[in-house]
Parts: sequence; structure tokens; C-alpha cells
Amino acid sequence: MSVLVYTESENGKFKKNAHEVASYAYEVAKQLGTTATAIAINASKAEELGDFGISKVLNVSNDQLKTFNAKAFAQVIGQAAEKETAKVIILSSSADTKFLAPILTAQLKAGYVPNVVSAPESTSPFKVKRTVFSNKGFAITEISSEIKIVGVSNNAFGSAENKTTAAVESFEPNLGDDSFTSKSIEIDKVVGKATIADADIVVSGGRGLKGPENWGMIEELAEVLGAATACSKPVSDLGWRPHGEHVGQTGKPVASNLYIAIGISGAIQHLAGVSSSKVKVVINTDPEAPFFKAADYGIVGDAFEVVPKLIEKLKEFKAQNA
Amino acid sequence: MKILVCLSNVPDTTSKINFTDGDTKFDTNGVQFVINPNDEFGLTRAMWFKEKQGATVHVATVGEASTEPTIRKALAIGADEAIRVNAVPVDGFFVAEQLAEIVKNGEYDLVIAGRESIDYNGGMVPGILATLLGMNFVNTCISLEIDGNNTTATREIDGGKEKIATTLPLIIGGQKGLVAESDLRIPNMRGIMMARQKKLNVVEPTSSNSATADVKFEKPEPKGKVTLVDADNIDELINLLHNEAKVI
Ligand SMILES: Cc1cc2nc3c(=O)[nH]c(=O)nc-3n(C[C@H](O)[C@H](O)[C@H](O)COP(=O)(O)OP(=O)(O)OC[C@H]3O[C@@H](n4cnc5c(N)ncnc54)[C@H](O)[C@@H]3O)c2cc1C
Repeated sequence: MSVLVYTESENGKFKKNAHEVASYAYEVAKQLGTTATAIAINASKAEELGDFGISKVLNVSNDQLKTFNAKAFAQVIGQAAEKETAKVIILSSSADTKFLAPILTAQLKAGYVPNVVSAPESTSPFKVKRTVFSNKGFAITEISSEIKIVGVSNNAFGSAENKTTAAVESFEPNLGDDSFTSKSIEIDKVVGKATIADADIVVSGGRGLKGPENWGMIEELAEVLGAATACSKPVSDLGWRPHGEHVGQTGKPVASNLYIAIGISGAIQHLAGVSSSKVKVVINTDPEAPFFKAADYGIVGDAFEVVPKLIEKLKEFKAQNA
Repeated sequence: MKILVCLSNVPDTTSKINFTDGDTKFDTNGVQFVINPNDEFGLTRAMWFKEKQGATVHVATVGEASTEPTIRKALAIGADEAIRVNAVPVDGFFVAEQLAEIVKNGEYDLVIAGRESIDYNGGMVPGILATLLGMNFVNTCISLEIDGNNTTATREIDGGKEKIATTLPLIIGGQKGLVAESDLRIPNMRGIMMARQKKLNVVEPTSSNSATADVKFEKPEPKGKVTLVDADNIDELINLLHNEAKVI
């Protein structure tokens, strides 16, 4: 009975969150007095997970699984759980994992708790802490089912090195045509740019930027910092920026190390989505903007003057610290 | 086509969140409840199908009698009939099992739920429901087209979007994008009057076990004060971010 963790990869390479969930699984396994096994799909360097405390990796090589398919991936993880007689399954919080998690939950008649922010408070009874009310509160949730599924929030636990040797085994799931009743027909994804979900730094603009033509400086600032770009809801409603960049309660959650909010008032619905970011910087002309109450650092000033200066200074800083 | 829209009754987004009974219960005092925003986008898309392609639209919620104003609002917006499962929605699995009974009995072709409800943020009801019923499922759905039995859905992925082809019966976990913000409807007087005559069926829950329970709540630590930096002293901000916060 080991703890099973699904470690996501893209083009063969583990995602950053794979290291985080592996570290989390190792911690849970330690609490339960057992070992952690990972299930990976088409990963090219499966043994690398040994660095994060994983003792065994079940690696699936299957061309049908080159593109993500929620139902098929859930079946693979379910079959791996059965093989390992795993009673605890650890998942990440990526869009793909949140898609497959409920399918897996129903298949295994399990109890699933998403948005978990720390290692279990206890394992008997099994209790975890998660965010609720769009980050305005936490709940300690007890899972009573035999099989327990824990979805770890991005960046909440972090990755911790625990070097061991991972034995890599190939695993052949049993998949029929009924696993592929949905087909991916087009993927439109920005490549070579940090995404809101994975980025360490997110630079976000609000209605205070006045129009889409002013986003050049937001993008330049993001580029200097290696950051992803984001926006408030009215900005995407107005069509200044794509939907996918809208963060907040009805948009994407941001759990980056640094969130820079420019010309965003900090309405409660916006803050709900960014409050798990570790450090928040606000640039706003209005000293009364609610965001200043939620921020760590702030500049009361005009974005059109502050941001270009910030870009210049950061370039200098980078040149000196290169 | 028969469409079921699943509605979650949630605290209005500006609600102050407090807990009572030794921090074991959510304090509903002074809280206004509304249709979950993600579900409202789905409901509006369902109205579009009804008006443009022809469909019957039912709404369902798992909740006590106190949720009826929320259901009535959906009827006033144009849903044809409503079903309320008379139970406290204990957890996502429980809710999905109740809704599964309704979908089975109502033979719906399309079930629209929200990607997550903004109270407990579980994000599991649509996926569990689809799997219990053996229906196709697309999550974080931002557009949906139906042509006969074939459906094309677009979902949001990390860093972009993906188009998925599948068939009815289908369930989606929807969100903003299904319709634009400006398409959302406010019930008018005629709608409100008509809603009074529409059927609101109350059914008792099927026995079911929940797998999870919230045993205690906490509020986040109060935030420390913001450190303000002068707009003319950007070097200081960079210094703080580098040496104090250690994020650059
Ligand atoms: C059900 C519901 C769900 C919602 N979900 C979300 C959500 O998920 N995400 C979200 O963001 N919002 C959401 N909202 C909307 C939210 O309430 C606010 O309306 C929104 O966040 C405001 O966006 P903003 O700060 O960009 O715009 P504004 O409120 O217009 O604020 C713009 C800010 O820019 C400042 N500013 C102006 N000019 C400058 C300048 N030159 N330099 C610097 N600063 C300047 C102003 O002082 C102001 O503070 C939701 C609302 C509802 C009702």
C-alpha cells in the first residue's frame, strides 16, 4: 500500500508542479509509514522523480496518450492505484488534472478534496486544510472514504529534495475505444511564454491602463521579469485582453511568488483569485484603492510614468546581477 | 433537445465570510444568496439554445427551501421547469449522486453545470455526475456548439485553449466565455410573473453517503501593512523585492 501521485509531463518533460506533488506525496507517505509511487505518462526521464522522494515510477509509453484525454488519463491513474493498492492519491491543480480528478473520484468511489494548501493535519482520521470561499477562508476537511484523493494547490507546498533512487517500471494500462469518446481537434497554446498557472511572477493590468494599446509596457515588464501577463475582469470583458488572462474569482487563480497589479482597484472578486500569491505589488494613482490593503509593497503613482521607469531599472538590475 | 442546468446557490461575491458554532459552520447571517456566477453563464447559454435551436430547459438544485428565490430567478430568466432536491448539499459527491437521479429520470441530452461553485470551490460535481452516468464531459468550457448529435466544445487549458469534438449526451463544467458578460439577463416583470406559474418540483434525496466533511473553518491571518515606496524611488522597490521579499 503506497501513496500514488500523478506527475504531469509535457513533451516528455515533467512540469514544475510534478516536483511539487511528488514532494507532497513523499511527505504523506512518511506520515503513513509507507513509500510513494508515481504514475507518469510518456515521461522521458522518469527516474528524475527519485530526487523528490519517489521510490517507484510506473511509466506509461502510449502514443494514444500523447495528447491529454481526461477520461483515458483518469483510467490510467485508476488502474495504477489498483495495482499499487493505493489508498491515497495525490494530484496537482493544473487545468488538466482538475479535469480528470472528478472522473477518477467517481470511478474509485473516492473522497476528493481539492485546493489543499498543506500536508495532512492528521492521517487517522485523514484531515487536510484547503481554501474555501474563493480564498476568503480555510476548511479542515476530513476524508472518510477508503480511497482518498488530495488535490494540492499550486505553489502551496513547494518542492523539497529528498534524494532516493526511483525504480522505473513500465506500465501498460488497459484502454478501449470507450476511453476516447472525446477527441482533441485543436490546441491553441502560447508557446515559449510563461503561463499564469506555472509562472513565478505575474504582471497584471486593470482598467486603469485605459486601453489595449497601452499593453506594450505590461508585456515588456513581463518579459524583463520572465513573467506571465494577466488582467482584471473588465479588461477581458472589454476585449482588451483574451479571456484566458482574466484572474480572480470568476477567472483564473494565481499562486505566484510575485504578483504585480497595475491600475487594478483590488475589488474583492479580483483579490479572491490572487490572494494565494506570496508577494503583491500595487501601482495605482488612487491611494484609497482597496488593493493597497492587500498588498505588500505599493507605489501611489501613474502607471504611465512608473512602469517605463520600472522597466529601465529592472533591466539595469538584471544586467548587474546576470 | 432537453437541457438541464445545475444551479448552485452561493453567497453573493461581496459577502463577508464568517464562521459560527466554534468555527464549525458558515455564518449565513446577513448573507445574500445568488445563482453561482459560473452557472449563470451556463443558464444564459441554455437560453440561447432554447431560442435559436429549440430546447426545453430545466434547472435543478440540491438545497433546502431557502434556495427557492435563486431557483425562481432562473425561472424568471426563462427556464421552463425547476427541480429542487430537498437536502443540505453536504459534499460534491453527494450532490452529484442526487443530480444523477434527476438526469436519469429526465433523459436530458445536455447537462450544463458550472466549473466550480464559488463557496466551497470543489469543482467536482459536473465530472462526477458525467462519470456516474457514463456521459461525455468537458470541463472549463468556454464555448459550445451543437449540430445534431455532434458537439464542439472549447475548454480553457493552462496557457491557451483546446477544441474538443464529442457527442451528446454531454455534460459541461462551464464558465465565462460560454456567453459574454453583457449577455447575462436580469429578470423583467413579465418573467417574474410567469415564473410564479412554472413548476417547481421538490423531490427527496436518494440515500447516499458523503465522503468528506468540513470539521473546522479558519480565516486567513490579517494582512500586515503595505510598505509604500515613493514613485521617484524605483530603486528602493527593486531593493525590497530583491533583498527583503527575495522574489527577484
Ligand atoms: C460575480 C462577479 C464576479 C467577478 N469576478 C471577477 C474576477 O474574477 N476578476 C476580476 O478582476 N474582477 C471580477 N469582478 C469585477 C470586480 O468587482 C471589479 O469590477 C474589477 O475587478 C475591477 O477591475 P479594475 O480594477 O481593472 O477596474 P477599475 O475598478 O476601473 O479600477 C481601475 C483602477 O486603476 C486605477 N488607475 C486609473 N488610472 C491609473 C493610472 N494611470 N495608473 C495607475 N492606476 C490607475 C484606478 O485608481 C482604479 O483603482 C467580478 C464581479 C462580479 C459581480
